[in-house]
Amino acid sequence: MEWFNTIIIMLDATLRVATPLLFAALAGMFSERAGVVDISLEGKMLASAFAAAAASSVTGSVWCGLLAGIATSVFFALIHGFACITHRGDQVVSGVAINILVAGLTVTLGRYWFQQGGQTPQLKDAERFKPIEFPFAQELADVPVIGHVYSELLSGHNILVYLAFALVPLSAWVLYRTRFGLRLRAVGENPSAVDTAGISVTWLRYRGVLICGVLCGFAGAYLSTALTGGFIANMTAGKGFMALAALIFGKWRPVPVMLACLLFGFLDAAAVRLQGVEIADGVAIPVELINAAPYILTVFLLAGFIGKAIAPKAVGTPYVKER
Amino acid sequence: MYALELKNINKSFGDVHANKNICLQIPKGTIHGIVGENGAGKSTLMSIIYGFYEPDNGEILVNGNALKINDSCDAIAAGIGMVHQHFMLVENFTVLENVLLGAEDGAMLNESLGKARKRLEKLEEEFSLEVNVDAIVERLSVGLQQRVEILKALYRDAKILILDEPTGVLTPQETKHLFKILNILKEQGVTIVLITHKLQEILDITDNVSVMRQGEMVAHTKTKGTTREELAELMVGRKVRLKVDKSDSEVKESLLSIQNLSVIDHQNVPRVNNVSLEVKAGEVVGIAGVSGNGQSELLEAIAGITAIQAGKIQFAKEAITPEHPISPDKIRKLGVAHVPEDRHKMGMVTKMTASEAAILGYHNDKTYNGRILMDLKAVEQDCAEKMQRWDVRPPKPELKSANFSGGNQQKLIIAREVEQNPDVLLIGQPTRGVDIGAIEFIHEQVIKLRDAGKAVLLVSVELEEIMALADRIVVMFDGQIVGEVAAKDADELTLGLMMANAAGNEDNQQEN
Repeated sequence: MEWFNTIIIMLDATLRVATPLLFAALAGMFSERAGVVDISLEGKMLASAFAAAAASSVTGSVWCGLLAGIATSVFFALIHGFACITHRGDQVVSGVAINILVAGLTVTLGRYWFQQGGQTPQLKDAERFKPIEFPFAQELADVPVIGHVYSELLSGHNILVYLAFALVPLSAWVLYRTRFGLRLRAVGENPSAVDTAGISVTWLRYRGVLICGVLCGFAGAYLSTALTGGFIANMTAGKGFMALAALIFGKWRPVPVMLACLLFGFLDAAAVRLQGVEIADGVAIPVELINAAPYILTVFLLAGFIGKAIAPKAVGTPYVKER
Repeated sequence: MYALELKNINKSFGDVHANKNICLQIPKGTIHGIVGENGAGKSTLMSIIYGFYEPDNGEILVNGNALKINDSCDAIAAGIGMVHQHFMLVENFTVLENVLLGAEDGAMLNESLGKARKRLEKLEEEFSLEVNVDAIVERLSVGLQQRVEILKALYRDAKILILDEPTGVLTPQETKHLFKILNILKEQGVTIVLITHKLQEILDITDNVSVMRQGEMVAHTKTKGTTREELAELMVGRKVRLKVDKSDSEVKESLLSIQNLSVIDHQNVPRVNNVSLEVKAGEVVGIAGVSGNGQSELLEAIAGITAIQAGKIQFAKEAITPEHPISPDKIRKLGVAHVPEDRHKMGMVTKMTASEAAILGYHNDKTYNGRILMDLKAVEQDCAEKMQRWDVRPPKPELKSANFSGGNQQKLIIAREVEQNPDVLLIGQPTRGVDIGAIEFIHEQVIKLRDAGKAVLLVSVELEEIMALADRIVVMFDGQIVGEVAAKDADELTLGLMMANAAGNEDNQQEN
């Protein structure tokens, strides 16, 4: 049963690592389905992670932290929207600007406020999201297979993990079953059609960007107040870009996007697990190679497999009424 | 009382007075044509009626009530529907979703979809507009997509339907069907405004016609009792000849011979399929077809822009084969000139000055270059001369090419290619977006080239143009040549049937 336990532990780690990716990828989905490219997922996450940890530490309430994280992320989302939607600026440039701004700002503010070299103070228990034990998880832990899966894999995560995965069917429902979803999908494909149907393109795109901000807020707060116990400089470490990759890999659809996030998460978990494992006598797999594995695979997947992922047609182009 | 009445509408963009004191009265249940050249202000006027622009002043009355139309929402509420020249459809949505977009009943889709389906089926029956409501729009033919646009308007209870250049993309048969639908709509009391530059269509279907020229309404008349010539004269402001004078062609040796040519695009879709064609000195060969049936790719393959996968393109001295591609530059030197279909994308760089645009592709010629730097004086001088010979207005080589009208840009491009004295001229959509006066001139020049013993390969979606210029007409459908006729034996009906491949063999029909 050793290997079974190993797998369970790895899958358990997968869920934890995949959660911020999933939040961010779904965030990107709402933005890009509305036709706004968002490479500032990374920046918004980082901003939210900092704000959440800082607010949580100061107020002593993790919920205040979460709210602060979301508010900060939404603020940057609105800046992105203002630049790209209202002023029809270049969406990539705006996104890069936000990423750079946030990377510097979080460390600077952190140093100034907390005097800990850019980090926030270590969070106490009340200032973090704690695991939720499912009923009877303890009692069932010894039941083979099912009990393991229940108590080790499914039970014992914090609320944000469950929320992230609950958001997948919810997003699918919003996107495909509601009026808002129909319009959102339409505005990412052909904003002129939306405009001539008498719907405001601007407001619709802003709503997409706002949802993106809220979800990025969750992703960031998760990183600093749930997965770890505080903010560290540049703690997103490219997760925003991984989320973008997952978004493309999942072809801008909720369920495939989730699967892509899980795959990336699994690679990450496997990397941790495989460190120090010897493939032959005395020859260990280099740690660097393992750490690089998710990125290498992403490159391969993006280059090879999903060459035919078709983005929303109007993504990246500001809407200008034709003359 | 009129269904739609405009009183003294004015609209300026900066210095350009796009609409000057426009007055228009359209009686209920009639089909009203609006003709005018490109830039005459037709589209601006329609955009004002549909709420895209706010007029500087003036009044819009719908059924006698003065209305303020600020956006498309107001227009729709006033019962105005519009079928745009470029369809406003979400291509990967179904017909049903497209019609519903913006006219949903509530926040949840399921209910509205059910209702919409029932109403659409009723509408389709009422107006004989058969479309499968569950079909994905991008898989529908252009004619059907247009029907979806009409359905969209009717679903929103449009009582006034504006159609902007609706027949530009249709085969003659599809056009006929469209007109049938319009007549049914008219019987049901819908008022129709038809914007077009095709005079024959105006005569065929409208009750009244208004002519616009340079932002003004220059005439309102009953369609009965007017003629094409009269309308053309009103549009241009002077007499124009609508027929091209040409003698019989004297055909000599072959200058361009294509054998079993196949082109597959980067998405792996076959675009040109086993095409063989010959163009001889002293003849114009016209390629007819609904746009998107491989004509563009054929032209680009001959010009060396697109790689070919099979077959051979034989010029006088050299041949393109899949193993032996020739660069566009080399092909030009072999005496093949190319006027691309889309002048903004391939014909010129609109940000360059006219003199620069006028040497593109020939910019390495000795005449334009000193030892190290370009000889800008020679370039400008050369352009000034071309402008004079080709009547390009305004004759200012230093002006940005974007600031010339479509007709003058086109004249400049054709001048650039033809003045190189090529043996073969490849020319795509020579008069797209070009005013009537310039069309007349361009057509004359093409015939002149032919009479000088050159070979001309013409691609155009305007059947009238092909029939006026070509000596021989081949029809392309789905990448293949499906028919060939001598121009004197050609008529629109048979060509139209070939373009739709209605006479095609069974294999082809099954594919469709």
